[in-house]
Amino acid sequence: MEVGIVSYGAYVPRYRIKPEEIGRIWGVDGKAMGKGLMINQKSVPSPDEDVVTIATEAARFMMARVPEVDPQDIGAIYVGSESHPYAVKPTATIVAESIEATPAMTAADLEFACKAGTAGIQACMGLVGSGMVRYGVAIGADTSQGAPGDALEYSASAGGAAYLIGSENVIAKINRTLSFTTDTPDFWRREGQPYPLHGGRFTGEPAYFRHVTSAAKMMLDAMGTQPSDYDHAVFHQPNGKFPTRVAKQLGFTPEQIQYGLLTPEIGNTYSGAVPLGLASILDHAKPGDRIFVTSYGSGAGSDAFDITVTDAISGYKRDRAPVLEKILADPVYVDYGIYAKFKEKIVMPE
Amino acid sequence: MASVAKEWREIPGRYNLIGTKCGNCGKIFFPSRDFCPVCRRKGIGKIEKYKVARTGEVYTFTVIYDAPDANVRQKPYAAAMVRTDDGILISGQLVDVDLDKIEIGMRVRAVLRKLDSDGASGVIHYGFKFVPEL
Repeated sequence: MEVGIVSYGAYVPRYRIKPEEIGRIWGVDGKAMGKGLMINQKSVPSPDEDVVTIATEAARFMMARVPEVDPQDIGAIYVGSESHPYAVKPTATIVAESIEATPAMTAADLEFACKAGTAGIQACMGLVGSGMVRYGVAIGADTSQGAPGDALEYSASAGGAAYLIGSENVIAKINRTLSFTTDTPDFWRREGQPYPLHGGRFTGEPAYFRHVTSAAKMMLDAMGTQPSDYDHAVFHQPNGKFPTRVAKQLGFTPEQIQYGLLTPEIGNTYSGAVPLGLASILDHAKPGDRIFVTSYGSGAGSDAFDITVTDAISGYKRDRAPVLEKILADPVYVDYGIYAKFKEKIVMPE
Repeated sequence: MASVAKEWREIPGRYNLIGTKCGNCGKIFFPSRDFCPVCRRKGIGKIEKYKVARTGEVYTFTVIYDAPDANVRQKPYAAAMVRTDDGILISGQLVDVDLDKIEIGMRVRAVLRKLDSDGASGVIHYGFKFVPEL
């Protein structure tokens, strides 16, 4: 059975803050910090936005592009995030209700740092491939946290993308997926803690680079392909620097990663990062395009996907929802005070 | 704390603009009603579910400077009456908009946003707000 992407939708909040503005508050050369991380600006959710609203917006855009799909035929919804609004009470049920997919379906929230969205795609592939469900929805979305003044504050942003996985009218066939997973404590947040902690430089070589390159090489071996066989590639992007470096290490060119690299303009959307990068590629994709995808989640693991865009993308109603270029076109810049207010970093009276 | 059951009953309208329509006279109700005040007895048993269009235009609007607690982080903010594409007038907050660029007739669409929550430990209430059409 051919399993793949039937539709997709992406959403990023409208507000932005620049690294120089964050640095101004903490007595750091923010511009240099941004340059080092390859981050020009990051998205900021408005006070009434969270993972539920971002995931819903992405899912509604996804459904708008396939008016022929009855939401009642969706058998599973998984929302991957590390900033679910509730510790107990699923985001996925609210999203499901918002696209009128309830009640004959299963749902759950997933968490695997920045790769819970791609883990959801894998789960949906299994359910669709086994015939258990007709369609599954996998969403990666975050309103990620970075402690005030910490390096993460320059990158942690908000956004998400949703994927309708099925076996009919597939616009992008997923040829294969595989994962590389180990117990590597490079980044974590304990229950009840507002901000994550990380291992500094430890998040690089033994964590991000080891897992991404291992999963990517396993995929190239499994498919018998080389980087030059792909038209586009997207890697997890906690900043602009890591995916650019890992692409070069693996032998991918800057042209191959250009559409999938959004972090320099929107920051690190965590679980939303690879799903958004893939959405940006699909916004530009033509029939026959081959796409290489490798996510990364701290803790740690990487999911790799080999994808081929099908002829069905020509008849796909992409214009029924805005493409990312349009969504990102008209940002509103905020200063640190507004950012602190929006992110609820200011303690208000009861 | 608001009643969880009351909020739960309002989910179809708040998330998906689901109202009702009288099968006798065709009048649309949003928020939904299960009785048609026009047809009265003739409408009984003929009230159907009706999904109001999520797009429309600003019919009139105002800017609010003295906000309730739920919106204190967003003030000043706009509230608008929106004439949906199927002719229904709905009131809601208009967000992600430059306040000096709002105009009567401006195209908007309904999105899901946080409306309020019952404190830090209580239920979060989601519902529609309007944003400019992309």
